Amino acid sequence: MNSEETTIRAKEFSAWYGDFKVLKNISLSIPTNYVTAVIGPSGCGKTTFVRCINRLHELTPGAKVTGELRLNEKNIYQTDPMQIRRTIGMVFQRPNPFPTMTIAGNVMAGYTLNGIRLKTSEYKEIVEDSLRKAALWDEVKDKLNKYGTELSGGQQQRLCIARAIATKPTVILFDEPCSALDPIATGKIEELIRELRSHYTIIIVTHNMQQAGRVADFTAFFMMGELIEFDRTETVFTNPAKSLTEDYITGRFG
Amino acid sequence: MRKLKNLIMTGLLALATLICLLPLLLLLYYVIKMGISSINLDFFLNNPKPMGEAGGGMLNSIIGTIIVLAMASLIGIPIGLVTGIYLAENKGTKLAEWVRLATEVLVGIPSIVIGILVYGWLVKSMKTFSAFSGSIALTIIMIPILARSTEEVLLMVPHTLKEAAYALGASRWKTQWMIVMKTAMGGIVSAILSSIGRIAGETAPLLFTAFGNQFFSTKLFRPISTLPIQIFTYARSPNIVQNRMAWAGSLLLVGMVLVLNMSAKWIGYVVLKRRNK
Repeated sequence: MNSEETTIRAKEFSAWYGDFKVLKNISLSIPTNYVTAVIGPSGCGKTTFVRCINRLHELTPGAKVTGELRLNEKNIYQTDPMQIRRTIGMVFQRPNPFPTMTIAGNVMAGYTLNGIRLKTSEYKEIVEDSLRKAALWDEVKDKLNKYGTELSGGQQQRLCIARAIATKPTVILFDEPCSALDPIATGKIEELIRELRSHYTIIIVTHNMQQAGRVADFTAFFMMGELIEFDRTETVFTNPAKSLTEDYITGRFG
Repeated sequence: MRKLKNLIMTGLLALATLICLLPLLLLLYYVIKMGISSINLDFFLNNPKPMGEAGGGMLNSIIGTIIVLAMASLIGIPIGLVTGIYLAENKGTKLAEWVRLATEVLVGIPSIVIGILVYGWLVKSMKTFSAFSGSIALTIIMIPILARSTEEVLLMVPHTLKEAAYALGASRWKTQWMIVMKTAMGGIVSAILSSIGRIAGETAPLLFTAFGNQFFSTKLFRPISTLPIQIFTYARSPNIVQNRMAWAGSLLLVGMVLVLNMSAKWIGYVVLKRRNK
């Protein structure tokens, strides 16, 4: 499994909330243009891990990190966080379109919030392209000027994906993106993640092991802040190297 | 038996609601009944006549109230808003906790004390009662109220929206301005209107600051007449015509405060409805 290119590389990476060590010496290489799932029981640090990648973790008072985290060999923690966040998109647990913005406005929020002005033609092009990639274009093309919050939950989440895509990131982080959605909307998002994989390196945190099995090429299993196992998804699920992984996957705890 | 219990409880609740509403209804009824007869064009367009003469209105007090409120808002709104933003953004820090405590104490201080304070500060040193000192007294009352309600409104903006903005690479400033403030705009406007409504009827702090004036004046550094003080003066007068004027003034003041508060509610409601469509 080391033949793939690496986009994100963690080396002896640890994270704290105050005195509580949430992540313990994580070393892991996330392969380029694949979907990597991060699974594990609640409180294992999986969400913290992805929030460290785009430096959202440090917005929490008392948060700190040690060790190394690199994006394409560039040390994330020695780069301007705003610049890092522009190259790493993120989709959150609950759809969170900006309620004051229209559908088109939400897609382009990454530009307006960073003070980037575009020509109208370019603006329209990015709106359409991003919505197409997020499989939402056909549903909203006639109401781009309606508020984003008028859409259904699943549509809102795809709008958030379009918003993350619009700024042309190389990595997209999904933090339990389907936990607030019904099975049909979940299916659509999963399908979308599979499609996006050819253009982006994707990391998805999920509670749902079936979901990891369906969408992920690679799976990382976290427990109590430690990385227990990281391998191809089918290996992790059918022939895990560690007994802890097997216990979790077969549902003996978690 | 259960049905009977239910009926009794529902009846009690309805009664409690009625008792709650009764003072407001009675007040409105009484103020309208006593005041409406003196409300006419003269009331709005004329200055008071000397005691004993018929006619006259409250033009000087109406204009005075507008001037004093406008000046108080001009100073109070920016300070109140910025303080509120500070409180919401720095929740949990020591300074913010002290500021919050200060606003709580300030809200609790009787308004007449604030009037005396401003009298000592401004009126004495400037050697004259003035519209300006009245505005400052009202500003001091307004700031903590507005700061706290602004803070509350801002804290209602979901944290996830802020995170979404940060995740797109937005700066703290842009996030605060373009996401948090915009999302909370309806609530902020409501908070501003309610805080103006809150100070519009204040009388005590104006007694020894704006003082009152029989004549028409728009000078900021001269005594000025305001509705609450004029009502106070007229209500104590032995002259029945002036007593009636006091009722009419009260009606106008109650109407103003009601309009301010209701538009505050209405704006909050409209914004909420637009979002949740």
